[in-house]
Amino acid sequence: MYPSIHPSIHLSTLTSISSSPVIIYVHLAVQQLQTLCFLANFPLAKMAAQEVQPSETIAKLKSESEALKTKLEEERAKLHDVELHQVAEKVDPLGQFVMKTRRTLKGHGNKVLCMDWCKDKRRIVSSSQDGKVIVWDAFTTNKEHAVTMPCTWVMACAYAPSGCAVACGGLDNKCSVYPLSLDKNENLAAKKKSVAMHTNYLSACSFTNSDMQILTSSGDGTCALWDVESGQLLQSFHGHAADVLCLDLAPSETGNTFVSGGCDKKANVWDMRSGQCIQSFETHESDINSVRYYPSGDAFASGSDDATCRLYDLRADREVAIYSKESIIFGASSVDFSLSGRLLFGGYNDYTINVWDVLKGTRVSILFGHENRVSTLRVSPDGTAFCSGSWDHTLRVRE
Amino acid sequence: MARDMSDKDILKMEIEQLQKEVKNTREPVSKTAKELCEFVEAQSAEDPLIKGVPEDKNPFKEKGGCIIT
Repeated sequence: MYPSIHPSIHLSTLTSISSSPVIIYVHLAVQQLQTLCFLANFPLAKMAAQEVQPSETIAKLKSESEALKTKLEEERAKLHDVELHQVAEKVDPLGQFVMKTRRTLKGHGNKVLCMDWCKDKRRIVSSSQDGKVIVWDAFTTNKEHAVTMPCTWVMACAYAPSGCAVACGGLDNKCSVYPLSLDKNENLAAKKKSVAMHTNYLSACSFTNSDMQILTSSGDGTCALWDVESGQLLQSFHGHAADVLCLDLAPSETGNTFVSGGCDKKANVWDMRSGQCIQSFETHESDINSVRYYPSGDAFASGSDDATCRLYDLRADREVAIYSKESIIFGASSVDFSLSGRLLFGGYNDYTINVWDVLKGTRVSILFGHENRVSTLRVSPDGTAFCSGSWDHTLRVRE
Repeated sequence: MARDMSDKDILKMEIEQLQKEVKNTREPVSKTAKELCEFVEAQSAEDPLIKGVPEDKNPFKEKGGCIIT
């Protein structure tokens, strides 16, 4: 969603939109506007200098890379003996879905960019373009805490597993941790701890299994693992060729891996201990805005600006489903699974939420209500509800 | 960082990574897809968003009016 300035990435985003010229024009105009906002962070002169390089070695490397990609696809194709939806024909179809908005959380003064549930299944932390981070009690809709960050566009926020702290960051290039005080009068900003330092915006953050470590992804193209107490960098993950926009940790039973998605259209699976990229998937046609592990840990879903969501099977090492419709032409900004993994919720830039049958590949429901882009979406820890945040300044809890 | 790398370095990084990935072990989709379906079917019965939550146990139920007895 937040475009990198690299000219060739601009072009590829443009060509991926195959609908009417009017939409391309509008999209380009929006891209230009967003680009202007990021110009301060990017040296154009350096960019121009790098384009002029001896083309022979690059051409040779490119053809070697293409040959390897073809080989990889051949190896993967050998095991592609059946489609997921074919295997799923025996599964009972889902009934009709009626999901209602149960709570609307109002209070942000600008676009809601990110949200996360507390493990207690009732508290929610959300962050906004205006720099505010708010902790809500979703049952009562009361605001329990509010922090004003020193930057705008707080694109990432996360609740600590203990429920005693929240982490957030954005255009300040950092991830900071705020311990939540029981004393409502205490100034949370005073106890703030700066943990992560990137060289570009923070796009996503997540605590690992404890309050002690945080995983971050950034517009600088890397992900990193940090020790919260000391602020020390424990491991960094290099492999994306452009901004990394999202990440998700594997469910704890399945070991120490996480998946990240970026503007280079790739989704990478990483080993947290070694820093190595284990698997990589490049089937999306545009930026990957959101990635989420399947509850069993054997697969993950992604949502992209190419208006599709996809499911990747980690053991078969390939994409096994695409969730798309001709009528859906706007990007998917965020995805999450229901508790069993049967449903995939996707929040889109056309203000709707589409609910997909993961196994059969069909859409089971479309939810309206938001008055602007849906930017973030998470199912609650016990699966009883899900919350969506939007550029219309509100969050909605539905079930 | 990716932004500071030249196109050549990015390509070299890609090639190294691809060489590793080609050697990964994989399982046939028929086996993994079946296991995905089995996992879902086992869990679906307990999925609150599919089966619904009875109103009396629903923490998000509508805040109704008061009943004075």
